Amino acid sequence: MNQTETDELKRIALRVREHILRMSTDGGCFTGASLSCADLLVFLYSRFLNVSPETIASPDRDYLLLSKGHDVPALYGVFAELGFLDPERLKNHLKSNDHIYWHPNRAIPGVEFHSGSLGHLLSVSIGIATDIKLREGKNKVVVVLGDGELNEGTIWEGCLTANAWKLDNLIAVVDRNHFQANVRTEELIPLEPIVDKFKAFGWNVKSVDGHDYSAMDEVFSSWRPDSGSPTVIVASTQRGRGVPSIAERADRWFCNFTHDEVEQLIGELHGETAADLTSETLIVR
Amino acid sequence: MNRYEELLLDLISTDDRIVVLTAENRGHLRTIPAQLGKRFMDVGIAEQTMIGAAAGLALRGRIVLAHALASFVTLRPFEFIRDDVGIPNLPVIMVGMVPGFLSDGNGPTHQAVDDVALMRGIPNIGVFCPADEDDFIIGMRDIILSGRPFYVRYINTPAFVEHDKSFEIGKAEIVRGPKKGRRDVTILTYGLLLKQSVQAAEILESHGLVVQVVNMRTLKPVDTAVLLDAARESSLVVTVEDHFKNGGLYSILADTVLDNAAPCKALAIALEERWFRPALLKDVLEFEGFTGEQIAVRIQRALELQPKDSYAELRFS
Repeated sequence: MNQTETDELKRIALRVREHILRMSTDGGCFTGASLSCADLLVFLYSRFLNVSPETIASPDRDYLLLSKGHDVPALYGVFAELGFLDPERLKNHLKSNDHIYWHPNRAIPGVEFHSGSLGHLLSVSIGIATDIKLREGKNKVVVVLGDGELNEGTIWEGCLTANAWKLDNLIAVVDRNHFQANVRTEELIPLEPIVDKFKAFGWNVKSVDGHDYSAMDEVFSSWRPDSGSPTVIVASTQRGRGVPSIAERADRWFCNFTHDEVEQLIGELHGETAADLTSETLIVR
Repeated sequence: MNRYEELLLDLISTDDRIVVLTAENRGHLRTIPAQLGKRFMDVGIAEQTMIGAAAGLALRGRIVLAHALASFVTLRPFEFIRDDVGIPNLPVIMVGMVPGFLSDGNGPTHQAVDDVALMRGIPNIGVFCPADEDDFIIGMRDIILSGRPFYVRYINTPAFVEHDKSFEIGKAEIVRGPKKGRRDVTILTYGLLLKQSVQAAEILESHGLVVQVVNMRTLKPVDTAVLLDAARESSLVVTVEDHFKNGGLYSILADTVLDNAAPCKALAIALEERWFRPALLKDVLEFEGFTGEQIAVRIQRALELQPKDSYAELRFS
């Protein structure tokens, strides 16, 4: 991946983050978690997944399922930038004339499955990957998991099954932003050593910096079909990435900013002065 | 090979959409795994993963039969059924083994006596509760090929009555008594208690009462016409079910008569707010008051008739 290509992904990601911030008002959204996986989703849709607006109904497409569904503003931002979704529709966020709300749903083109309750889509991905195997297809299934979501027992149940069924077309990507809703993961339910846990379940495990496009390119390009085992990629990320005044703050999980604050945060995203935030923190949805 | 396995093999040989999953419950699927090859999948003791995977398979165009004990296939993965099967309305058939009283001596953890209430409470999900093996085999093909999600109470007990071979989702089967017109009692039932309901009807008829017995077959969609006819044409409507009173057929009847301004005198023969005493089926029926004779007595009392025979003194709750 050359510098021009990396720069292009960075430009897309910047616009995706603007979309996320613009959805963080008039009701708000899960801003911090959306910002942490924005680069991952930009990379996956631009460089790894064999799917495009023209092939979203093709049985041979690659699948991406967002199991930590509350970061859907990042997905919709990517969809808007890559031609899956008319960017104008993002203005319908939380309005009853559209289906753009706090969790993904299949009324939006490109969304493979709805989510909201954590711990579900690894098993749904297992079903999709299994059907692809039955049909001897070559498509991949990527499921994005939150690190907090790893608290759910069904994730580990699914890990056992995916290993037993040798689903080497299944790739879980953990958005390892070190936060769950209100606290740091290691302060509540320690997850480390994550890599060893997945290895013990029989998965291929790789780690990557989830904001470094060259690193992601290297790791994801090294994935090979027919390895005989499912793969997990633990992507280190930062909650609130790109906007320092809300980054890594436990109290900026769900954000509902004023319009003025959103403009300040977009300025901050572009390297201007830090936003002066006064709106309520720690809103729990 | 049992008749369910024969049906599955027959369907699968002609319809490549169908796949069979189990959460390590193979009691009634012993022979076919080898014959189904890759279209038989055992997730291990992991009901939530089974239902999630079933949804993923169905999303790709499969019709999925997912098997576990009735209590485990409804309760443990309840949210997976609601979220991943119900919301997207995918053709996943949850087949629950040993439902209701059929769990015999397992104890309350295994007693699916709330399954109908739970499954019918999820939008899009149908409920099929056949009376015996014949009834199950007659209906199951249509259920599988319906293109919609269903919960099925599996049963393989021998048939007690000759069933109507024509099966239609949402149509009940009148197995005894007049098809229409006034009668003293209509007994509405589903599942294994059809046998005891027919036995109760025989006793009541011997006392000169006119009794209709209805095998509901599907509880969702339910045969509203049959329920309303029962309400309008019977002096007493009785629901007999191995299920909690709350949320089962009695509740369905209540909803239906209220919705249609068709009030009736009704008697629920069901489990009240408790699980049943674990024992072998014959003893369960006696202890809980669900033998044909006990049902007949309960109906006679509801009709304010004095039971004449010694069976009136039989103990039941």
